[in-house]
Amino acid sequence: MSSTPNLTPITKIERKNLIELLNNGKRLDGRGLTDYRSFTIEKNVIEKANGSAQIKLGKTKVMVGIKVEVGEPFSDTPDEGVLMVNAELVPLASPTFEPGPPDENAIELARVVDRGLRESKALDLKKLCIKEGEKVFIVFVDIYVLDYDGNLIDASAMAALTALLTAKIKAYEIKNGELIYKNEFIPLPIQNYPIPVTFVKINNTLLVDPSIEEERVMDARLTLTIDKDGKICAIQKGGLKELTLNEIEKAVNIAVEKSSENRNKILEALNWEEQKR
Amino acid sequence: MLAAKPIKLINEDGLRVDGRKPNELRPLKLEVGVLDKADGSAYVEQGKNKILVAVYGPREAHPRHMGLPDRAVLRCRYHMAPFSTEERRSPAPSRRDIELSKVIREALEPAVISEMYPRTTIDVFIEVLQSDGGTRCAGITGASLALADAGIPMKDLVVACAAGKVDGKIVVDLCDLEDKYGEADLPIALMPAFNALTLIQMDGLLTLNEFYEALNMAKEACKIIYERQKQALKSKYYQIKELIETEGEK
Repeated sequence: MSSTPNLTPITKIERKNLIELLNNGKRLDGRGLTDYRSFTIEKNVIEKANGSAQIKLGKTKVMVGIKVEVGEPFSDTPDEGVLMVNAELVPLASPTFEPGPPDENAIELARVVDRGLRESKALDLKKLCIKEGEKVFIVFVDIYVLDYDGNLIDASAMAALTALLTAKIKAYEIKNGELIYKNEFIPLPIQNYPIPVTFVKINNTLLVDPSIEEERVMDARLTLTIDKDGKICAIQKGGLKELTLNEIEKAVNIAVEKSSENRNKILEALNWEEQKR
Repeated sequence: MLAAKPIKLINEDGLRVDGRKPNELRPLKLEVGVLDKADGSAYVEQGKNKILVAVYGPREAHPRHMGLPDRAVLRCRYHMAPFSTEERRSPAPSRRDIELSKVIREALEPAVISEMYPRTTIDVFIEVLQSDGGTRCAGITGASLALADAGIPMKDLVVACAAGKVDGKIVVDLCDLEDKYGEADLPIALMPAFNALTLIQMDGLLTLNEFYEALNMAKEACKIIYERQKQALKSKYYQIKELIETEGEK
């Protein structure tokens, strides 16, 4: 059952300060309303994973590991590989995270990242089929939140995309439906680069890439995931208050621009050969 | 058995798998006060969807530390019956159910004036008895009726409906097949009096123009359902009025 959260209290003076700054188009850390905190992504941080990446978005740190296994396809998609996204809000990341099975926030985070990857067809699942109806590759994307300072969705999704782009599996050939590995590595079949842009609304002002303080006083949250062609592939609204249609329209325009900026940053850092696409 | 993908989701005449036009809603039945023990309740049929909603509260938070000092705690459970889908589903809450419980709660929160009942909980139970696509929307439409039926003060009714893209066309109120095999699904929830969105989700691929077309279509559909919601609430009291009058004649 989902309950109204008992949010970490924020002092009245902090709240007042934050809102007064916002009314003048300013933020606590000096950013503009549509500025991201600077981010860096380190790749291949875990040798035992097929792919991995760690993002630092301001002080938020998220690690993503990719593991690829062979298993059975789902009965309704017998000729497609399987993509599984899971998120752990590890208790070391915040005083408010507790050990135990994923709560609704962890599940929402994983499902929003999943939706972006799945609906944009970032992974070509058809190419991950080994023998129709029997054997396919299962790609596990595990999101590990290490330090929580706001905007987990964008940090996790960008780290997940980087980890997928750099992941390697053993080259293979299929003889009579049997899988025979070769002694070299190939990348995963990636064909799209979805990037989410998360907004929060505070006192009728929209801002991107919320810090933890901004998330604490937010009225509503909106994530728009944009694919490489500027199409929308996933949307999620959160928070206790409403959004107007004007706000949605404004957010869409900003998201298209910001997602393309962040996508270029990621692909350039990776020297991705298809970055010009 | 899983329903196979029909060859065409939209035929030569531009009609959909169930014969509807792109902007046509499914048959809708809304009833209020259908459960005896609940403080408020509602029943929704939208296409083959059959959904029961019960509201309990405001009641003392239990355990007491669960309560909040300045407002009521809204709790929401969205659940699908094991027999509600083609294949039996486990009665344990799935990850989808957990996410939907959260977004449905957040769709109702803006409407409920929870400051009036500090230290209490208001529980909303949504039970999907049969599912036919668009259950989160039908669940929200029913939940706001059940809240109103329980006499809980609200800024407005919340009404929800989805639009999406099927065979390249933007259509409203997607059924199961369209949801499964269509290209995009955009559920929204609206407080019509404020023109404010309390839920918006999307999966699929839409260009910006398609997105705005779908958003508009879903919004117009919400306004139609909103009128039906008000009728449903009133009709309960007309029934009571008639009952009292006939009793009085005896």
